Amino acid sequence: MLSDFVRHAPDGALSNRKNIWQRIHIDPYLLLGLVALTGYGLFVLYSASGADWGAVYRQGARFLVGYLTLFIVAQFDPRHFQQWSGAAYIIGVVLLSAVLIIGTGAKGAQRWLSIPGLFRFQPSEIMKLAVPVIMAWYIARYSVPPRFKHILGSVILLAIPCMLILDQPDLGTSMLIAASGIFVIFLAGLSWQVIGSACVLAIGALPAMWIFVLREYQKQRVLTFLNPESDPLGAGWNIIQSKTAIGSGGIYGKGYLLGTQSQLDFLPESHTDFIIAVLSEELGFIGVMVLLSIYAIIVVRGILISIRGRDNFCRLLAGSLSLTFFIYIFVNIGMVSGLLPVVGVPLPLVSYGGTSIVTLMASFGILMSISTHERG
Amino acid sequence: MLNNSLDNKEFERNLFLRRMTVSLFIVISMFLILIARLAYLQIVEHEKHQAVSDKNRLEVLPIAPIRGLIYDRNGELLADNLPSHTLSVVVERTPDVDELITRLRELIELTDDQIERFYGRLKQYRRPYDPIPLKVKLSEEEIAMLAANRIFLQGAQVEAELIRQYPFGEAFAHVLGYVGRINEQELQELDVGSYAGIRFIGKQGVERRYENVLLGKAGYQRVETNARGRIIKVLEKVAPQPGANLHLQLDRALQQKAYDLLEGKRGAIVAIEPKTGAILALVSRPSFDPNLYVTGFPVALYNQLRDSSDKPFLNRAIRGQYPPASTIKPFIALGGVDGGFVTWNTTMYDNGIFQLPTDDRIYRDWKRGGHGKVNLTDAIEESVDTFFYDLAYKMTLEPIHEVLDKFGFGKNTAWDVYNPAVGINPSRQWKKDRHGFSWYAGDTVNLGIGQGYMLATPLQIATATAVLANKGRWMTPKLLLYSNDQELMDIPDKAQPDIQLNNEANWDAIHHAMSEVLYGRHGTARRAALGASYRFVGKTGTAQVAEIKRNANGEALGDVPDRLKDHALFIAFAPMENPTIALTVVVEHGGGGSSVAAPIARAVLDEYLLREPADAE
Repeated sequence: MLSDFVRHAPDGALSNRKNIWQRIHIDPYLLLGLVALTGYGLFVLYSASGADWGAVYRQGARFLVGYLTLFIVAQFDPRHFQQWSGAAYIIGVVLLSAVLIIGTGAKGAQRWLSIPGLFRFQPSEIMKLAVPVIMAWYIARYSVPPRFKHILGSVILLAIPCMLILDQPDLGTSMLIAASGIFVIFLAGLSWQVIGSACVLAIGALPAMWIFVLREYQKQRVLTFLNPESDPLGAGWNIIQSKTAIGSGGIYGKGYLLGTQSQLDFLPESHTDFIIAVLSEELGFIGVMVLLSIYAIIVVRGILISIRGRDNFCRLLAGSLSLTFFIYIFVNIGMVSGLLPVVGVPLPLVSYGGTSIVTLMASFGILMSISTHERG
Repeated sequence: MLNNSLDNKEFERNLFLRRMTVSLFIVISMFLILIARLAYLQIVEHEKHQAVSDKNRLEVLPIAPIRGLIYDRNGELLADNLPSHTLSVVVERTPDVDELITRLRELIELTDDQIERFYGRLKQYRRPYDPIPLKVKLSEEEIAMLAANRIFLQGAQVEAELIRQYPFGEAFAHVLGYVGRINEQELQELDVGSYAGIRFIGKQGVERRYENVLLGKAGYQRVETNARGRIIKVLEKVAPQPGANLHLQLDRALQQKAYDLLEGKRGAIVAIEPKTGAILALVSRPSFDPNLYVTGFPVALYNQLRDSSDKPFLNRAIRGQYPPASTIKPFIALGGVDGGFVTWNTTMYDNGIFQLPTDDRIYRDWKRGGHGKVNLTDAIEESVDTFFYDLAYKMTLEPIHEVLDKFGFGKNTAWDVYNPAVGINPSRQWKKDRHGFSWYAGDTVNLGIGQGYMLATPLQIATATAVLANKGRWMTPKLLLYSNDQELMDIPDKAQPDIQLNNEANWDAIHHAMSEVLYGRHGTARRAALGASYRFVGKTGTAQVAEIKRNANGEALGDVPDRLKDHALFIAFAPMENPTIALTVVVEHGGGGSSVAAPIARAVLDEYLLREPADAE
């Protein structure tokens, strides 16, 4: 089934001869998906930011930087990523530790590292790339499926940055990075028995997590998620208003720029984490389906690239990056529509925001690199 | 390191493919979960969320109508609406009321009184999100100060509203009444819809009587608001309808003059235009400043006024019930002479006392030793008590009751006076019901001089005087002259049927007798008519409050405490031939009707009849 599909995939035609795309190391299907997504994202952002061209320009500039990063990253052979991953990982851990000591933050969390007057960034962004790369490298070094001691080693590799980020505290990012690592282990062929036991263990550990790991505000978010009406004007406000925005959009939406929930400020964070609610309200179910289709194209294309990967490292890395991208989408839409607690995960390449765009584009650069570099 | 055989590579590739297949299925099912969730919200639950969204943004705000204005008969404004900036607090939007008040006190001057009143209102039942007023009539500086600090004053708001203003204050307080903030009890009784956005309600007087038309009709606007309640767009607006303007029969200058004449006294003056029943003046003194009800009565002042023995809140003109005393004599005389109990030529010798044949009790005349030989005209001119003791005894109660009833005593005949007292026109049944005793002949004797059980309000006495001036033709005593609300103009011509006498000549005769009060040789109010350029008629009355020692002229001997002094009354109409004004003056504990009340009546008549036409405007 899927294997047949891959074997007869139209990519074959592409890879047969070194065409222009391959020479510039760009995957045209993925690029098409990304261009569609960023274009649609800017379109939605214009409305979500309250018709603020400034926000659109700044976001557009970030996209340009992102595409540039993508293009540069794609030029490197995948083995370079392998080589850099160790250094990136170590630098990342050092910076994450630094953040906890000298970081700056907002809303009670320390996530930023700033060099005054120059720039500031979140070291956790480095880890979004470094973790899947180093995990893929670490596991691909040995046999697949991995042995138990290698699994243990990879888990430790994964746990260090996750704990550091969780300490900031940034539950959302920590979970996403953990997911990217777990995907690597899963795709490497971790035995189902171990997966089963891990799941049981995780569920058993939930109460302990609740008591020891989650911060007060995070517990509040979970409680609010379970019953948003308990505090309709406080913590539950966001989720009630976003559900109302999505639901009131109906099939066809209220019309572009005409969403009352978003334009009248009932919807908080409307141009960042909750931007999907604006889209749903103004462009309706159809508008969201268009977005989900674009996402589906990108995710499926990423999965195809991973399957066609030339070696274990490429496959694991591409698979992990693609699935992690999907998890972004799922967590964001799930949280805005009230399926999941609010964890502060932006809608990838649509939400207004800084470093994550460059990181995401870099990860697509890696995918393109994997897609366009033949063995050797 | 990577020494994989071809088989191993194929195995690894296939392992990854299997795992990816599983992942893809999970991804697809998670995509489907998202789609299902969005479809559920956007298609299944769409209506519900649409309703919530509309409720979120749409608000219906009432627009208060402008309260109708009140004018006097010459178009002088008696009740106006002035713009005022009011600082109020929406408690529901305030995180900490006490802290807010503390902050406000730092910014603007707030008296303890205002704070106390605010907390008083806070405890009462009110509509949710209803602003509670803290201070009215903010100054420009205060408005600027509050605006500059707005962000620190969550829940406090400054609103421009129209508040009632009574330019003539105390002189009109009783007749116009006043508006005040809607209180807890009123809130439960009134129709919430028609009072949407309205804070004031007529509490007394004309303001209360015509509340439903002065009020107007509230408008509303459907507005789109943002999450902070700020209005973004007005979607629909229905303008409020202002309340009806009222033009009253009152004569501003006359009312003012009458009020001034009662300075330092407790009493009432009611003046009526006999032909129309127009109430030209309705004065009660002492009074209060009705504007304080609008802006908020200082508690200490209110308590002081409420507890004052002068009772400034009592509208004596319509709620004060007095023995009419000798002012009742013309009415009884008319009943007696027209009923054939006495003729104009009947004479009797008055030696100062009267006794019932069945009784030892002595009924004294006000004048020691009596007036000598007097007829009915003399009896009115000199106010001979014994003549009327005798007449009343001869008439018996029923004819007296009947004639008093025909003149409107014991009931309300006024059209639009709010909450008048009706006095007492006693009957046998009334006494039985009220006191449980039978009616005695002695009661009738006392009734003959307007004492005993009989009580009447100044308004009733003035009305009866006007009917007397009209020679029995009734009208409807009324305050309303004109209104742009046509329905209000539907006022009956007569409050009750005209009085038909057996002999019409008795009208002129009684008028003549009453003119003798002022122009006769022994007239009790001779001094009051001195120098009058018009001819007027009248009758004095001195209502005994307590038994006190008197001299030969009926005047009190020695110092009498104020509260035991007689009430002074005077009724009059003028000009005699074609009366345009009838009036009653009552001065509580004023002493003699002739010495105290009659000069006041003369001054009122002078004001009305002699002033330059320009003054009337």
